[in-house]
Amino acid sequence: MSTDLHREALFGFTLRLGDTSLVLGHRLSEWCGHAPELEEDIALTNVALDLVGHARMLLTYAGELEGKGRDEDRLAYRRDVFDYRNHLLAEQPNRDFGHTIVRQFLHDAWALELYERLCASTDATLAGIAAKAVKEVRYHVRHSGDWLVRLGDGTDASHAKVADALGRLWPYTGEMFERDEAEQALVAAGIVPDPAELKAAWAARVEAVLEEATLERPADGWMQKGGRRGEHSEHLGYLLAEMQFLPRAYPDATW
Amino acid sequence: MYTQGLDAKAEQGNQPSPRLVTEEEGRLQQGFQDRVDAEEKIEPRDWMPDGYRRTLVRQISQHAHSEIVGMLPEGNWITRAPTLRRKVALLAKVQDEGGHGLYLYSAAETLGVSRDELIGQLLSGKAKYSSIFNYPTPTWADIGAIGWLVDGAAIMNQVPLCRCSYGPYARAMVRICREESFHQRQGYELMLALAQGTPEQKRMAQDALNRWWWPSLMMFGPSDEQSAHSSQNMAWKIKRFSNDELRQRFVDATVPQAEFLGLSIPDPDLRFNADTGHYEFGAIDWTEFNEILKGNGPCNRERIEARRKAWDDGAWVREAAVAHAAKRKQRALKKAG
Repeated sequence: MSTDLHREALFGFTLRLGDTSLVLGHRLSEWCGHAPELEEDIALTNVALDLVGHARMLLTYAGELEGKGRDEDRLAYRRDVFDYRNHLLAEQPNRDFGHTIVRQFLHDAWALELYERLCASTDATLAGIAAKAVKEVRYHVRHSGDWLVRLGDGTDASHAKVADALGRLWPYTGEMFERDEAEQALVAAGIVPDPAELKAAWAARVEAVLEEATLERPADGWMQKGGRRGEHSEHLGYLLAEMQFLPRAYPDATW
Repeated sequence: MYTQGLDAKAEQGNQPSPRLVTEEEGRLQQGFQDRVDAEEKIEPRDWMPDGYRRTLVRQISQHAHSEIVGMLPEGNWITRAPTLRRKVALLAKVQDEGGHGLYLYSAAETLGVSRDELIGQLLSGKAKYSSIFNYPTPTWADIGAIGWLVDGAAIMNQVPLCRCSYGPYARAMVRICREESFHQRQGYELMLALAQGTPEQKRMAQDALNRWWWPSLMMFGPSDEQSAHSSQNMAWKIKRFSNDELRQRFVDATVPQAEFLGLSIPDPDLRFNADTGHYEFGAIDWTEFNEILKGNGPCNRERIEARRKAWDDGAWVREAAVAHAAKRKQRALKKAG
């Protein structure tokens, strides 16, 4: 396997992870000042801050791997929808607090399992990023998991809301464990973890929390896919229009 | 963020009550004043005059409300920050403000009121918050102007509060001031990037300065002649400097900063007086200030509506958390018994 091919595959992997972090961080940041209580305003903003922080490290590294001189901002602010590679789960709108928590927990459980394994990556840069991110993600999954338990095993109304959200969002979880040929090579080289093994660990973690939350795990039916290839929902365009407004309106400016 | 002006009316309620003071009360009051005069900190369990307690509850809660409402105009730009570095800085700043709200509500709670009660007063419109947050943030430069001017003015007000006679408030202010001064430098640095940027960016910066300058001066509250009720707060060492003194300090510090940016202060009467070493500035339009206090600012309704919506939409979440905690307790009792 040539290093060039690894490099290209690693660019794709890092970009997907960076985009997913950025888009999910953006969604959480929409809560700032509007959460159910002050502690949650602070907590959700804090998780958003961490995710955008991860995105910065990942996009910077992706730019280096690509070798075309694109930095974190060039990648974040100057790509259109079909060049974004985030999971569809991340771009789903916030709806209500319960929906946000379910989306976050399904992601956090995946991110924790992923980053724990990436700490042992044979790619030193990725391992370094993972070592930093994993500490924060451990807190994220505790936060979203605790809330899922409170809401699932809270009142009838809260249970109904998160059960509905879980049903809506479950079809977006399949995409987290997809792999293509290029990624297969990265797995073989010990650069990224094996998605099948990741899925088993994720499912065990999710099922334990769902049980405590008195929620039923939805069946694995048809899974929505496409984000990893740049095929997105209608939501992402609006998100990017908002995020990218200033650099697009003032293309020559530095900020 | 905090404005002394808020208390202008409220302070009228702090005048010594006309009823006769018993000998015992007189002794307590004298002892209290002696401790304040000796710069000792008053702590939650110590005896304190009712007026002192009321004034502090009002001032600390208004300050807390201002932090919380202040998250809205700045939060308005988080999703549109023009670089990831700026986005992270703004997220961190707004998060700090939520944290300040939290310490301040906790400081107020030491005086015997609950946070829910105080939030209820904010949502019902009974409690005030800093009027500065009733102005909108239509452009990115507003984020710079708020950091530079609004946080700058807040620091002038707040640094003396670190020496406030009430211990929990003074200690909360030490931490808050440290973070606010960081925010102020960050805001100024943002303005500098705009001022040194393209002509369009410079125009954006000047426009923001034009809109925030006078409201920032108003943050210090009415002029000393209009604010005759602050002497009690001075004696209690809740307040250390007059509104006009603090306003002057702010102008003296800020005008050279604007000059360095190459921006002009929107005041044709502004001039340096070499004899006094101070900047003299034009008359403040208090009509606007009073209208905003009455609820007629550009964003008064929106700000409170946003807070109410967050509170109402979150009711089911808070209820679920309470219900879940009760279930857990029940289960633990069953297990133990």
